[in-house]
Amino acid sequence: MGGGASTVTNHVTSAETNAVADDVTKPAKSTVSARLAVDRFEIDEEQSHIVVDQELCRSTGTGRRIIAVCPAGVYSEKDGEILVDYAACLECGTCLAVATPGALTWTYPRGGFGVTFRQG
Amino acid sequence: MTGTETEPDFDVIVVGAGPAGAAAAYRIAEQGRSVVLVERGDAPGAKNLSGGVLYGRVLDDVFPGWVDEAPVERRITRHVTTFLTADSSVGIDYASATLTEPVNAVTVLRARFDPWLAGKAEEAGAFLMPGVRVDALLTEPGSDGERRVVGVQAGDDQLRAHVVVAADGVNSFLARGAGLRRKEPSNHMAVGVKAVLAMPRSMIEDRFGVVGDAGAAHAVVGDCTLGIGGGAFLYTNTESLSVGVVLRLDDLVLSGRTAIEVFEHLLEHPGLAHLLAGGEIVEYGSHLVAEGGYESVGDLVADGFAVVGEAAGLTINSGLTVRGMDLAIGSGLAAGDAIVEALSSGDTSAAGLAGYRRRLEEGFVLQDMKTYAKAPKFLERTGMYGDYGELAAGIFHDVFSLDGSPRKHLVSVARQALKASRVSVRQLVSDGWAGVRAL
Repeated sequence: MGGGASTVTNHVTSAETNAVADDVTKPAKSTVSARLAVDRFEIDEEQSHIVVDQELCRSTGTGRRIIAVCPAGVYSEKDGEILVDYAACLECGTCLAVATPGALTWTYPRGGFGVTFRQG
Repeated sequence: MTGTETEPDFDVIVVGAGPAGAAAAYRIAEQGRSVVLVERGDAPGAKNLSGGVLYGRVLDDVFPGWVDEAPVERRITRHVTTFLTADSSVGIDYASATLTEPVNAVTVLRARFDPWLAGKAEEAGAFLMPGVRVDALLTEPGSDGERRVVGVQAGDDQLRAHVVVAADGVNSFLARGAGLRRKEPSNHMAVGVKAVLAMPRSMIEDRFGVVGDAGAAHAVVGDCTLGIGGGAFLYTNTESLSVGVVLRLDDLVLSGRTAIEVFEHLLEHPGLAHLLAGGEIVEYGSHLVAEGGYESVGDLVADGFAVVGEAAGLTINSGLTVRGMDLAIGSGLAAGDAIVEALSSGDTSAAGLAGYRRRLEEGFVLQDMKTYAKAPKFLERTGMYGDYGELAAGIFHDVFSLDGSPRKHLVSVARQALKASRVSVRQLVSDGWAGVRAL
């Protein structure tokens, strides 16, 4: 279990998380970054558990599909390149399920790293 | 070097301390065999997430009185099924106290429930090893010259055992490594996206019509997923709600939408505002669901190796009930017994482990998988996720909206609504018949 970890336990205040929480007639507006901010992550600063093959992501449509299905918004596209924010990964593996073999290398983070569910 | 030259560290290595792994480890330890339960999270449950309903009768024989002892949230006495459109909803509300005599379904939060079950395995003598990611299976030629599983590789460490149990969840890298599971087509996979919303006890009881430790399970189809194959769920916990969508991956990709967008549409849906408003999101998570059913269950054993729970594809989506944890526990118990039997006979090859599948065939796990074998195909029919909700809403609108025009009998109201909807009589009959046969 290597070093270089940083614990992120952002208890975002409810005012930030739920912009309209005081208006009880409407459900709270919620963004993915605010939702992820209440989760607990132990970030592996030394290595990413996700690697994309840019060429295959483009040519097979994998890039478009993994952006669509990832609930954490780990994947985005900029100037034709797939960007990977692996620190936000919820470790479900849905991206791997829609990826063309070879376009995406996805494993679980090393032991002790990644998301920790406190509810589940 | 052959497997027999190196003395195993344990009789059995179980990879994954979820319900399947913990149940297997419990059974093995209870019968006096040495077993290590390896978990990649800091504690059991730390990496696990469910919608949240456990159909827990399988535990009655193993841990009598478990409902009172285990950290369960609420006992489900109310099942509500709702067809939702953009501006209306039509529902079926089934409530009965008989659902808790005995308790049939409970809501659970995995970070609380899984440590309890893994604790049972530890009490029985299993050795829990948390914070360790298993990277691969160790294989060596056995006495017959065929490669067999002899242990696992975790970082620089190797652990050896007579049998390795893969309880490593839906992505099961171990089962794939052993060649027991192929990549599923995306129409057999779905993504579950869920938030836990903290809510005061009294608010939950008022809104969901439950009291004390009773709870409600809501299944919602239609506009909550923007017509994408799948559905939404709302489950009551003690002081929170589990709220989420399950989206079939082929349909999600085709729709051009994102899972995030659909989940936020659910949270903001006016048809659910009366239930969700004021809830504070305290956790967000996701889980991949295998929905291939019986057809996608392949070989469950190899030489020195067995697969249990979701790793073996043991999940059922019947449309009304989504099941995984009970099948996981059932398969873990069956595998545990079969492995003890194999260890006693001295034959832990695939043939020696055949008692595992036999037990599943004789018990509820594979029998239920077979009963619902047609459900995945039925749930791919498209009417379920949009048109039928519109149709039902149309009928009820005409029944209850007294606009001064002369009333018509229900039959002609229904006929008119059917005409106005995108549903054909032929489709309705065909789907209805398929539904009766599949579910």
